[in-house]
Amino acid sequence: MLSVTEHKEIEFSANLISKFEEIVTRYPEGKQKSALLPILHLVQAEYGWVSPEAMDKIAAFLQIQAIEVYEVATFYTMFFMRPQGKFVLEVCRTGPCCLVGAEKIMHHIEKTLGVKEGEVTADGNFSWRGVECLAACGMAPVLQIGPEYTFHENLTEESVDKLIENLKNKI
Amino acid sequence: MARKLLLENINVPGIHTFDVYRQHGGYRSVEKALKTMTPDAVVEEVKTSGLRGRGGAGFPTGMKWSFLAKPEGIERYLVCNADESEPGTFKDRYLMTHIPHLLIEGMIVSSFALGAKTSYIYVRGEMMPQIRILERAIAEAKNAGFLGKNILGSGYDLELYVQPGGGAYICGEETALIESLEGKRGNPRIKPPFPAISGVWACPTVVNNVETIAAVVPIINDGGEEYSKVGNGRSTGTKLISASGNLNKPGVYEIELGLPVEEFIYSEEYCGGIANGKRLKAVVAGGSSVPILPANLILKTINGQPRLMSYESLSDGGFQTGSMLGSGGFIAFDEDQCIVRNTWNFARFYHHESCGQCSPCREGTGWMEKVLHNLENGHGKMSDIDLLVDVSKKIEGNTICPLGDAAAWPVASAIRHFRDEFEWHITNSKTAMEQNYGLAKYADPLPKLEEAIQN
Ligand SMILES: Cc1cc2nc3c(=O)[nH]c(=O)nc-3n(C[C@H](O)[C@H](O)[C@H](O)COP(=O)(O)O)c2cc1C
Ligand code: SF4
Ligand code: FES
Repeated sequence: MLSVTEHKEIEFSANLISKFEEIVTRYPEGKQKSALLPILHLVQAEYGWVSPEAMDKIAAFLQIQAIEVYEVATFYTMFFMRPQGKFVLEVCRTGPCCLVGAEKIMHHIEKTLGVKEGEVTADGNFSWRGVECLAACGMAPVLQIGPEYTFHENLTEESVDKLIENLKNKI
Repeated sequence: MARKLLLENINVPGIHTFDVYRQHGGYRSVEKALKTMTPDAVVEEVKTSGLRGRGGAGFPTGMKWSFLAKPEGIERYLVCNADESEPGTFKDRYLMTHIPHLLIEGMIVSSFALGAKTSYIYVRGEMMPQIRILERAIAEAKNAGFLGKNILGSGYDLELYVQPGGGAYICGEETALIESLEGKRGNPRIKPPFPAISGVWACPTVVNNVETIAAVVPIINDGGEEYSKVGNGRSTGTKLISASGNLNKPGVYEIELGLPVEEFIYSEEYCGGIANGKRLKAVVAGGSSVPILPANLILKTINGQPRLMSYESLSDGGFQTGSMLGSGGFIAFDEDQCIVRNTWNFARFYHHESCGQCSPCREGTGWMEKVLHNLENGHGKMSDIDLLVDVSKKIEGNTICPLGDAAAWPVASAIRHFRDEFEWHITNSKTAMEQNYGLAKYADPLPKLEEAIQN
């Protein structure tokens, strides 16, 4: 759901706008609404989430109603409607991954980060959640980290510890 | 070694680059099609090959292509379905990661056959690395004159774009995918009209799976006749199988259709048997949507014939004692796995992924999830089992898109074949929280036909 935060005006950078403009050229004249999903991804990569202000700006750019952006952004699971940790660990929780220990990995992440699914650590650096099958069931258990969506396979508790350490060093 | 038509060069270093791919015979099919064939001749070759859609439904590709409407002055589109979200399926990711030019090559030849001047590859949004790989491959191909204006001097123009999804299983359904490509929520459309008449932006559209498009390359290189000789009966060619679960060697394998299931599971060439020396309990052979089968029925049909990896053999026995090839997502369960827990997990998945448009699917999937959750957590009642069967029957066939069926079948089949395990969860709810039911009779010889049908 749309979060109630302080209303902050935002300006998209010239670089971002030029990317939007290139995307619009991929579709026929007048069908610029097709650029909505690619643009939402770019905005989320830039800001870490998709704020109501950002959605209004996107609507203005694409010359569509704001509601058309809201209803799409809330339909798709990848778009965050509120701020997340700097790194969001998304662990696959679907059947095939569970056959080889995905649930254990999720418990381990919860314990290690000390926050529940969907919550952000006090320092603002991490959050985590279970997601559905990531089309990597042969390398299970797996997790991904946006905005690059780097992929980590054949997870063990040890490899998760190492991964979190490495991420901490990047902050 | 079995014949490989798609993954033959997968281990060649640098095969993801245009130059290496080209040195190994890449883009020959584009030269052949654009310089020596008419679009209709390409469609005819695909018809002759007997190729069937690899996305799950298995519809003959050549026939689908010949249904495409061609009104004068209206654009037509080819959209590749790279949404790959069916639990258990990961072959398209593998192909796009390691040999992206095979998909690009197939897209060029297929777009030419259909008369599309702009084509899209719709990739699920989580596959950002694969999106980058494909965009690089498209730039390379364009640079070499295989995309853009007047390809190879043939007068044929084609632009190819990658479109990201946003994380929604339902967008793999072709009309939801089209809606999503138009920048909307992924709500499936009511058919008819079919996409071949009115698809993206109301223009005639063909949607095909990644593997289907890739298979067009060997079909054009070697001819449809040659392709049809590979495989078994009406299951022609090779198929990429995604093998997961409790196997020694999970992964993506290219098999000749008609390979015995037993050989696929136990031979060293493929999965190398069940992991940790355990025994096989059950298999979901075609992605989470198809019926689950106990070990005895996946290895042999009810008539005692060896079960083969083909469209026909996997569905032998109908839903009473058979299943489906589906997308080729082969999930193996060892003797320690809990069928009730997995059925709940899948039911939760479908509830989460229902777009919510039709009430039998929206409400039914939620109901099944809740009842299964209770069962798994020791709060089940005996009447819940029949309730689940009843709800699944009320969803099946009563919805706009096949996600409803896909949600109903795993539940109905789990109860059909593993009812004793569900009952045990109810009568021994405390024990069931701590240990699993185990293998019981599933590795034993085949059940008698009457017994199997009675459930
Ligand atoms: C809920 C649902 C999800 C689907 N997901 C996919 C998918 O991820 N990839 C795919 O190729 N087909 C998927 N399909 C099948 C498509 O609707 C369509 O049949 C297919 O893309 C056609 O291509 P093909 O003929 O080459 O198989 C799905 C169908 C349904 C009902
Ligand atoms: S069956 Fe389910 S997913 Fe398909 S259209 Fe109806 S509600 Fe949506
Ligand atoms: S079930 Fe986890 S990647 Fe498919």
